[in-house]
Amino acid sequence: MGALAPVDPDLWSNDGEPHLMGGRLPSGEIVFPMPQGEAAKDVEPVKLSRHGKLWSWTSQGFLPKEPYEGWGSGENEGPPDFKPFLLGYIELPGEVIVESRIVDATLEKLELGMPMEFCLAPFSDTHCTFAYRPEKSS
Amino acid sequence: MSEDVYIIGAGIHPFGRTDGRSGREQGVFAVREAMADAGLEWTDIECAYGGSAAAGSADIMVNELGLTSLPFTNVANGCATGGSALVSAQMAIASGFYDLALAVGFDKHPRGAFNAKPSDYGLPEWYGQTGMMLTTQFFALKIQRYMQLHGISRTTLGRVAEKAFKNGTITPHAWRRSPIDLDTIMNAPMINDPLTKYMFCAPAEGGVALILASEKKMKELGAHGVKIAKVAVKTRPPDSFEVFQAGVSIKEGGKPTVLASQAAFEGAGIGPEDIDVAQLQDTESGAEIMHMAENGFCKDGEQEEWLANGWSEIGGKLPVNTDGGCLACGEPIGASGLRQVYENVQQLRGRAGERQVEGAKTGYSHVYGAPGLSAVAILQS
Repeated sequence: MGALAPVDPDLWSNDGEPHLMGGRLPSGEIVFPMPQGEAAKDVEPVKLSRHGKLWSWTSQGFLPKEPYEGWGSGENEGPPDFKPFLLGYIELPGEVIVESRIVDATLEKLELGMPMEFCLAPFSDTHCTFAYRPEKSS
Repeated sequence: MSEDVYIIGAGIHPFGRTDGRSGREQGVFAVREAMADAGLEWTDIECAYGGSAAAGSADIMVNELGLTSLPFTNVANGCATGGSALVSAQMAIASGFYDLALAVGFDKHPRGAFNAKPSDYGLPEWYGQTGMMLTTQFFALKIQRYMQLHGISRTTLGRVAEKAFKNGTITPHAWRRSPIDLDTIMNAPMINDPLTKYMFCAPAEGGVALILASEKKMKELGAHGVKIAKVAVKTRPPDSFEVFQAGVSIKEGGKPTVLASQAAFEGAGIGPEDIDVAQLQDTESGAEIMHMAENGFCKDGEQEEWLANGWSEIGGKLPVNTDGGCLACGEPIGASGLRQVYENVQQLRGRAGERQVEGAKTGYSHVYGAPGLSAVAILQS
């Protein structure tokens, strides 16, 4: 993924083992994504767990309208260039439930509560985003 | 001290697509129908509340309806626009300030799924760039989990849509007037698993107007009114799971629909068992299923039995979405919540024709929308 730019430079930590970035509120509650601007006052950035459990899922079968910037959204592109994808919510135990793309999986293989792990995935020829995939051992 | 408020006139512009007629013109059409229904002239109306999500301001309607100098308040409250207009009109009369008020909603949306800007919802740009800014995904994600937890089958999702199109065939104001069989619904292209093309409603056009009156005025006019027992509008409580949420709390929070439903039942002094006909937000098949439980009409999981036995069909123990709901009527946002109330007014006055629920005396309507709000109205004849 080295050649692809992150969709947002602050969305995950940029180190050897990237983690999604969340925020810890003064109450102790963890939120995702990390708030921006004035809303970030008193919110401590935290690295979220790379492991979680599948909370729900669906497929995206049609080309989204703007502001979608993935395959199929380009000026000379259209629905035939769109690559359907999976997405869902991953419960990061004790932290927060995050909405994420799901990769390296098929709909038939997904089950409520199955172990999932963090990874990065391309969503266009130029950019990547975060995703979760079924843990290799499962 | 607040006074009882009655709906004495109801008008609708057929939902669907009407080329060459703006959303506001469809609203004006509905207002004229409502006034004719109540036997009133525009000059009789003392105040008005209304709006649309995508078809402009309601107060400009005075250009067509007449420059009577009445106070006309624009309402912009997303999917609750109609509900909020109704509450405002009700309060204007209940307070004793006015005797006749108008609530109106209309809309006209471009074809295809709604597109929303992340910044309008306080979300970062990546949420939209990566393809998550879609309401349809939320509904699929919510029903997928619900089906896993409560044993709801895909066939039950299909049956909800089949019922909607069946009811649409006998509803003059519906958009989809042809039946669609279960196999066709189940085998249609998948939009967001588990929801196929026919399980989703589509953005559409339409207008609805209701004329509200004090009891004194209704008697004076000799009008046949339906009483507003209670209208409740609620926004989301902490830790809830709503449309457009990149992160959800691990604590299971409350639901705006449950809050609005409880407040409406409490205000009306009745319970779910007292309702004869219900219009529940059915943005897609799964929404109707979940909203049956969230509004207190059944327990989680019982919908499987309800749909298999036809209990929510016209003639069943609680007919749900008798005019085909959003699935058959489409969803012009500003008008959709008022369409549900319009349908209940027709049902309670015994004017629903082929889709009449025999002996309906108490009607319930429920709307849900972004960013997590719900409006419930209970009417009594």
